[in-house]
Amino acid sequence: MTRIKRGVSLYSYQHEYAHGSFTLKDAIAAAARTGALGIETLGEQMIPGFPFPGQSDLPDSFYARWKELMDTYGTTPTVHDMFLDTKRYKGRLLNLDEMVESLHRDIRHTAKMGAQGIRVIVNTPPEVVEAAAPYAREHGVWMGVEVHSPYSFDDDWIKRHLEVAERVGSDVVGCVPDMGIFVHRLPRVVVDRALRDGADPDLAAQIVETYNTHGDTQALFERLEADGADPVTLGLARNGVHMIAQPVDCLRSHAELIKHIHAKFYEMYPVEGFDYWHEYSIPYHEIVPLLEEIGFDGYLSSEYEGNRHIEDAETVDSVTQVAAHQGMLAALLADLAGKEG
Amino acid sequence: MFNEMIIREGSVRNVVADDGTVTGFSFETHLPYYRGLGLSMVEVPEVRVDGEAVAEEDLRLTYNGVTRTFAELADVSDVRWELRTFATITVLQEGGLADGEHEIAVNLRLRVSYLPFISENRCTRTVTVRA
Repeated sequence: MTRIKRGVSLYSYQHEYAHGSFTLKDAIAAAARTGALGIETLGEQMIPGFPFPGQSDLPDSFYARWKELMDTYGTTPTVHDMFLDTKRYKGRLLNLDEMVESLHRDIRHTAKMGAQGIRVIVNTPPEVVEAAAPYAREHGVWMGVEVHSPYSFDDDWIKRHLEVAERVGSDVVGCVPDMGIFVHRLPRVVVDRALRDGADPDLAAQIVETYNTHGDTQALFERLEADGADPVTLGLARNGVHMIAQPVDCLRSHAELIKHIHAKFYEMYPVEGFDYWHEYSIPYHEIVPLLEEIGFDGYLSSEYEGNRHIEDAETVDSVTQVAAHQGMLAALLADLAGKEG
Repeated sequence: MFNEMIIREGSVRNVVADDGTVTGFSFETHLPYYRGLGLSMVEVPEVRVDGEAVAEEDLRLTYNGVTRTFAELADVSDVRWELRTFATITVLQEGGLADGEHEIAVNLRLRVSYLPFISENRCTRTVTVRA
């Protein structure tokens, strides 16, 4: 029996929330209905009044209500997605002490939510995580830097974060890989949006071809820029540079540091011959078995990212998309059980 | 994202002072971002009316009942513009929008810490003003 669990980041329902059709409670209920019982949250998204560093913590009444919500839906808080507003003040960046204070706020919040860990946003300096490690340990909370495109495990910045984990212990510091590092086909929703916005169809086709065959997207971008391509086409070419298609196997060598998975997805769509929908860009059928093989026992937390690419043309339906993604994850996890015999 | 809410549909209206004079026009605006952001991280927006740029000193932002210039906003680091709440941008312009059709274009610019550039978010709306 696999120990991998299913969850949802409420990020997935941001469109409905921002447009006023969903409350925090509705978002939790929608996740729970898909059988995803691990709830990941963004303090600054659906928790009005989330404090700035230096301000008082949220009142106990908030955390009491939060626990009630978790009890009502049988859900468990997993991860708090933190942000570090290094540019909070005009004209200067936060200093080290201010950054650590900001992270301490997140650690207290995570502990009070009853969650296990913090997704550390990638612009957080490794030394800030290291300085906050004792406080996190004291509060029983881990911190994991998000490995998010255009960064991968190969980048020095991520390596420095992982070195912090080696120094302070993987019980407190690790990483949260975002499955957007495995975009093996350029998302259709991104390409279609560019075409609607007026991108050159022939050049767009060339960008897709170059990306999908793991060609030199940087060289293509530079050539299009030199040729004076229009801004929308150039924007698509830039997407081709920023999105990355790492081999799924790269997770293997970081197994002990992987705390949580951002199960990013752009577009779920029906495929003939399958009773569940597939993700167009990201090879979950490779990812899930590999995570099982390396002993991952945390949450696959669905993160729907397609909303922003389709909102100009169609009604965003995050509920259906998340349910389809969860359906796929459930099927892939069930396959693991089947293989065990 | 949420760019269509940068100028909330149906919210553009002339601003009438107590003495009946029209001092400008306003519209409601939502943050084009997936999380709330401190007001100090909202940069001066580009606002164009029928192609003509509005000067920064003629722009005001009202949030939670407090009206500020964008220069003042830069110092407000402890008020978060929350999701699903609307601020109001007012354009001070004697006479406001004349009767007829107008094109309002806004580029709401945000200082997002993890981006190496300023986030630019555009929305254009054509509105018809009737007396």
